[in-house]
Formats: sequence, structure tokens, C-alpha cells
Amino acid sequence: MATLKELAQVNERFVGGHRLCAGCGHGISVRMVLNALDNDEHVVVGCATGCLEVASTIYPYTAWNCSFIHNAFENAGATISGVEAAYKSLKKQGKIKEDIKFVAFGGDGGTYDIGLQSLSGAMERGHNMVYVCLDNGAYMNTGIQRSSATPLGADTTTSPAGTVVPGKQQPRKDLAAVMAAHNIPYVAQTAISSWQDVHKKAKKAFEVDGPAFINILSPCPRGWRYNTPDIVELVKIAVETRFWPLFEVENGKWKLNKKPKKYVPIEEFLKPQGRFRHLFAPGNEHIIKRIQEEVDQRWLALLERCGEKPELPPR
Amino acid sequence: MTPFNRNFGQGRSREGITPDMNWRELTKAGNIYEPGNANTYETGDWRTIRPMWNEERCIHCLICWRYCPDASIFSTDGKFDGFDYKHCKGCGICANVCPTHAIDMISEDEIDEQKEARENEE
Ligand SMILES: Cc1ncc(C[n+]2csc(CCOP(=O)(O)OP(=O)(O)O)c2C)c(N)n1
Ligand code: SF4
Ligand code: SF4
Ligand code: SF4
Ligand SMILES: [Mg+2]
Repeated sequence: MATLKELAQVNERFVGGHRLCAGCGHGISVRMVLNALDNDEHVVVGCATGCLEVASTIYPYTAWNCSFIHNAFENAGATISGVEAAYKSLKKQGKIKEDIKFVAFGGDGGTYDIGLQSLSGAMERGHNMVYVCLDNGAYMNTGIQRSSATPLGADTTTSPAGTVVPGKQQPRKDLAAVMAAHNIPYVAQTAISSWQDVHKKAKKAFEVDGPAFINILSPCPRGWRYNTPDIVELVKIAVETRFWPLFEVENGKWKLNKKPKKYVPIEEFLKPQGRFRHLFAPGNEHIIKRIQEEVDQRWLALLERCGEKPELPPR
Repeated sequence: MTPFNRNFGQGRSREGITPDMNWRELTKAGNIYEPGNANTYETGDWRTIRPMWNEERCIHCLICWRYCPDASIFSTDGKFDGFDYKHCKGCGICANVCPTHAIDMISEDEIDEQKEARENEE
């Protein structure tokens, strides 16, 4: 495992001057993922439309200190897999000598929802590429609309908390499990609270022969309405409350990477965020209860998949 | 007008792109030929609070460097080497993750006021 001293000497592939909001999780996530590549490795990046793509490629500027290909909202998987296929052909013909890595970044809207078919196709065809989903649980770039990654109970502009509905009424789609069902060599879920975890998983994803998928929790201070400097603490709480478990699926084998020792109630994750504030008003206790049940049930299912004893940490 | 992008491409303009150009003069397909040129665009004036480094407390762990969303912490030979105030947006994350509290966030207004006061004295 490389140290930060070593990693800080690797070329910065996502540079300052991009227009992401101050403190946006995407900047941290992308820097960590690309930092797993060595100086002499070539990489081609593509992005689904979303905050990251919009803020990093405002003409005539690019924050990508590497090759970058622009594409639409729904087809990052298709675009990068197409570039990878062209590269393979050129390499076979001897027209390209270098080894090149391919990575697509998509938001949760661009990945869980509108880009799911192009991602699924790319994974199924077995392209040698990495797809990274930056999950901030809503369509942030267009003003915080709910997606299938938005947590149950969250206030968004299309699941507004008010007298009629108390925020989003459905739980999240389990995308990592959907991706694992493609039987690709590598699927992982990670979070920036452990840079080592992100680094290790990004490195593995780039190294495997074939498609790899990584899901990163990437907080949005605007949409989540928490105190911006607290991002790392908040992500840590997401892992400790088991809202965002860290795991990986290597060649079909599920493995849990972190097992919280204590039972930390989900309120700890909800409370610091404005998008959940209404849940703490009298009369909404049942929603928090439902969120907790959902988290517990998913945790038990995950333990079972990982071959661990399905039990909750002691309260 | 000074061009804000040097551009080595096949577009009609080889000198640089300026806001007054029409579409025919821009690069073909909006291509950008200089990787990482966003670095020439400054976001430092977004900042309302400024990270300030306290050298005695710093243990050069580079956790701040790891968590800066704007790649605005310099390091040399694996050691902390100052802030890039041209790009730092003052999010305050570095100050929060620093294990030795070697970074303080100071209001830009206060810094300006102090500077003014000093200039008035002189
Ligand atoms: C086909 C299509 N529909 C809608 C849009 C408008 N649009 C641009 S970005 C975006 C939301 C992106 O959300 P997400 O993928 O979650 O990324 P985030 O901005 O949250 O990081 C939408 C709806 C578009 N660009 N293309
Ligand atoms: S709206 Fe949210 S996701 Fe978009 S740039 Fe701002 S903080 Fe990042
Ligand atoms: S986190 Fe603090 S101690 Fe570590 S390098 Fe940065 S300023 Fe120094
Ligand atoms: S305040 Fe934010 S943008 Fe500025 S150096 Fe610290 S982490 Fe980076
Ligand atoms: Mg999103």
C-alpha cells in the first residue's frame, strides 16, 4: 500500500480551476480514483453529464490533465466501451503501442437511472474498462431531483417534504448487487472516509482484465445541506450506521471490508443533513423507523452474501 | 483582449479562444488541446474564508492534500508546501481533517481589513 508521501508525487490528473462547488465530494472522489494510476500509465476518461462533467469541461477549459471524451447523459458506458474497442483494434494492427486504461465517471442519475442500459451493455460485453459511480443521491446538477439512489425520506425538489409527502417514499436501488449480477470480474462499494479503501479498490479495478464497477458515496453539500467542512465525518458515519457498507465482489465472491463494532442508529447519519430535517418533526418517527429497518435488513442480506453470520452489531 | 486558452489544435484559431469569437473561429467540435488548462482559470476569488498554515504544528502527514477537492495543496518531496490560493475555494475541509489542527480558517474580510489598517498606518 502506497503512502500519502508517495501518492502526492504522482501527476495530478484532475486539477484545480474546475467549477465544482466549494467542498464538493466529486473533486475528492475523482482525485482519489485517478491517483491510483502511476505516472507512466495512460488513461482516457469519459463522463456522463452531471455536475462533474459540466464543472470540469467548460469550454475552452478542461480540468482533466489526461485524455477526455465528452458524451451525453445516458451513454458514458457506451462511449468509453466504444473507445476501448477501437483501441483494441488499433493495438492489434500495431498502430498503438502503449497500454491505455479507460474509465467512465457517472453521477447516480447517470448511472442508476438513465445510463443503466448503456452501462449494463458495456459490462456484459466484457470491455476492459472501469466505471465509477459518484453517488450523491439525486440529480444535483439540475437542481436536486430524486433518483433511484435517493434515500428513503430525503427531501428533494421532486420528492418535496411537506404536508402531502414526507420526502422520497421509496428506498434506494441496490446498484452494486445489480452490477454483481453481471458476473464481471470486479465490483466494489467504497467511501472517501477511508482513502486507503478507495485507493486499493481503484487500483484493483484498473488492474483486472475486463470490466470493473465502483460505487462511491460522494456527498453534495448543496443537496444534502450539511456543514461543508464536515464531509469526511459524515461519510464515516454513513459507514458506521451501515447505511453505506464497504464491500467488494471479486469474480463472484462477496467480501465485507468493514464491520462496525457498535450499533450506531441511523439518526446519526440523518441528523446533520437538512434534506432529512423534516423527519425529526413530531409525527414522522415512523419514517425513521422504516429507514432503520431497511438499513438493518440490507445489512443482514449483505452479511449472508459475504458468507458472514447474519447478525446485527450489539446495541 | 488576452486569449484565455492557448490552443494547439486543428481549429481555425491557433492563438487562443476569446469570448468575442464566432463559432467558425472556435476549435473543431469544441476540442480542447491542452490537458489540465483549467489550471489557468482562477477560482480563488470564490473564497470567503482562507486556510492558514501553522508550520510548528504540521507533521506533514498530507491528509489535507488527500482531501482537498480542488487540488489546492502543494507538496514537494512528500511534504506540505503551501496552499494554491489561486484555486482554493475555502471549503474548510483541510482544516477539519488535519489531525494536529495545523490549519486555521480565517475570514477573508478580516484579512482585508487588517491589510487596510496596516496600509493606513504606513
Ligand atoms: C438526456 C438528458 N436529459 C436530461 C439532461 C439534463 N441533466 C444534466 S445533468 C442532470 C443531472 C445529473 O445527475 P447525476 O447523474 O446524479 O449527477 P450529479 O449532478 O448529481 O453529480 C440532468 C438531469 C441531459 N443533459 N440529458
Ligand atoms: S451541486 Fe452538489 S454535486 Fe454539484 S457541484 Fe455543487 S456540491 Fe457538487
Ligand atoms: S493535515 Fe495538517 S499536519 Fe498533515 S500535512 Fe496537512 S497541515 Fe500538516
Ligand atoms: S479550504 Fe478547501 S479548497 Fe482550500 S485548500 Fe483547504 S480543502 Fe482545498
Ligand atoms: Mg447525483
